[in-house]
Amino acid sequence: MMSHLDGNAIAGPLSEIFGADMTMASGRCGGCGDVSPLAMAMVYLKPNAYIVRCHVCDTMLIMVVESRASVAIEIEGLDSLVIPR
Amino acid sequence: MAVFSRGFTGRRHEQNDALPPGQYLTEDFPVLSAGPTPKVPTDTWQFSVRNENDDVTTWNWDEFQALGPEEIHTDIHCVTRWSKLGTSWRGVSLDRVFEKIDTSFEYVMASSYGGYTTNVPLADLLDGKAWIATEFEGGPLDPEHGGPARLLVPHLYFWKSAKWVRGLQMLPTDEPGFWEQNGYNIYGDPWKEQRYW
Amino acid sequence: MTSTWKVGTVAAIHAETPTARTLELDVPDWPGNLAGQHLDLRLTAPDGYTATRSYSIASADSGPRVQLAVDRLPDGEVSPYLVNDVIVGDELEVRGPLGGWFVWRPEQTEPVQLIGGGSGIVPLMAMIRAHEAAGSTARFRLLYSVREPGDAFFAAELAELERSSEHLEITWVYTRKTPDGWPTPAGRVTPAILEASTISAAENPTVFVCGPTGFVEAVADILVELGHSSGSVKTERFGGA
Ligand SMILES: Cc1cc2nc3c(=O)[nH]c(=O)nc-3n(C[C@H](O)[C@H](O)[C@H](O)COP(=O)(O)OP(=O)(O)OC[C@H]3O[C@@H](n4cnc5c(N)ncnc54)[C@H](O)[C@@H]3O)c2cc1C
Ligand SMILES: [Zn+2]
Repeated sequence: MMSHLDGNAIAGPLSEIFGADMTMASGRCGGCGDVSPLAMAMVYLKPNAYIVRCHVCDTMLIMVVESRASVAIEIEGLDSLVIPR
Repeated sequence: MAVFSRGFTGRRHEQNDALPPGQYLTEDFPVLSAGPTPKVPTDTWQFSVRNENDDVTTWNWDEFQALGPEEIHTDIHCVTRWSKLGTSWRGVSLDRVFEKIDTSFEYVMASSYGGYTTNVPLADLLDGKAWIATEFEGGPLDPEHGGPARLLVPHLYFWKSAKWVRGLQMLPTDEPGFWEQNGYNIYGDPWKEQRYW
Repeated sequence: MTSTWKVGTVAAIHAETPTARTLELDVPDWPGNLAGQHLDLRLTAPDGYTATRSYSIASADSGPRVQLAVDRLPDGEVSPYLVNDVIVGDELEVRGPLGGWFVWRPEQTEPVQLIGGGSGIVPLMAMIRAHEAAGSTARFRLLYSVREPGDAFFAAELAELERSSEHLEITWVYTRKTPDGWPTPAGRVTPAILEASTISAAENPTVFVCGPTGFVEAVADILVELGHSSGSVKTERFGGA
């Protein structure tokens, strides 16, 4: 049985999409307004997907769907995402 | 260009006619959760079906049990490649449920406590092919495994067997549910390996 | 931060514990990594089926050599292959180095408390090595929880560092079986142990906690009770119960 991981665990697929480390990007949760680096979010694994949830209120922030051919991101519950330069 | 990993085959696949292609047998009941497990007490649990006229038929736990649960013995197949053979469940056949429903729509969207949805053609829910299951191997269904009640559609991949099911909505056309919008096959036949896009 | 898949060649392997092995990979374009980062490793079967898992990097050097240490989980898909089947010369696809949160940089001067369970020592080992290599005088304290003495990763190296390092202090916790003559019985990490054997919240340490998800959750909860702010406790959950 696999339980959740830290936001760090999706550094790989996100780096393919953004070409940069996204775990230090800070997201504002649309559910509770918390602002934290994605590394602090909770990551749940599905067979081809990572579900990223707010560590405060469990709101689904983003979903990353990975296959051999592509990596896709869906922004579900993030109000904003600030990427450090 | 893929680099093949010498001698790597994924989990060992057994020769067994009961196993769909690409599946392996497991004795465990692995759990892959997409979030915290919803806790739904049976005294507040409700199950409802909404038809094309927005008529909603609702059952509480006792009313639902009064529809008459039955014993189910079936194999289940998860898209993550495990299969379990000969599992035992107890639940109410959707034939019992749809006796009470007036609809000419042919597609269904199942929704769950916790917010997920999955789509299934009505024909796949009728004629003894699907249940709302409330017991597994002789005991109440664990919340981890979708309790108090989950949809059980064992001839399709197991994500169609929505955990923590709370209702069905009749639809005129087949529309993708949450997982289907996100890469899972719209139908999910394990014998045709309809896994992802 | 590089994101594409690269091919590494297994250059050396040695046994770490009865169920774990260290793998050294030569990855030609490896840009080096920070202590605490991980990589993703992808296996591909002849039919194109792939399995991807994350592994922390135990090394923190600038060269093309990357050290991983993998524990075999019963009935796992990838870890038994890496622990039992891989031989020197095999090629493995990796993506990384990854992550910028669970890392320690030699510029950091605040006290650092490392808390690892089982294979969770791997990224902490990279931090310990980077700390040594940089000659850092930042205070480092490690609490390492293992089932029994034989399950410790990097046992010889840690024992040597314990003797030689002026800035590293190590506390061992045995959850199932202690070494002979050990002063306390085997048991899990408790609030009392953490209070007695880790850098206190009053000293404002950065705390890195890594291991199976259950271990990390239990430890992180206790740390918050002991007064650490949740922002100063960085966690790396490996999954599992
Ligand atoms: C950031 C990060 C860093 C990590 N670093 C390390 C590291 O340095 N060293 C290390 O050893 N590990 C590390 N891990 C854990 C690693 O990624 C793998 O999770 C671990 O090796 C297990 O993979 P597996 O394929 O062997 O097991 P899996 O196949 O993923 O299974 C895990 C467990 O769940 C059970 N299970 C899961 N699915 C099923 C199923 N369908 N049927 C039956 N049983 C199932 C298995 O029995 C097994 O015990 C790290 C994880 C993360 C997120
Ligand atoms: Zn939130």
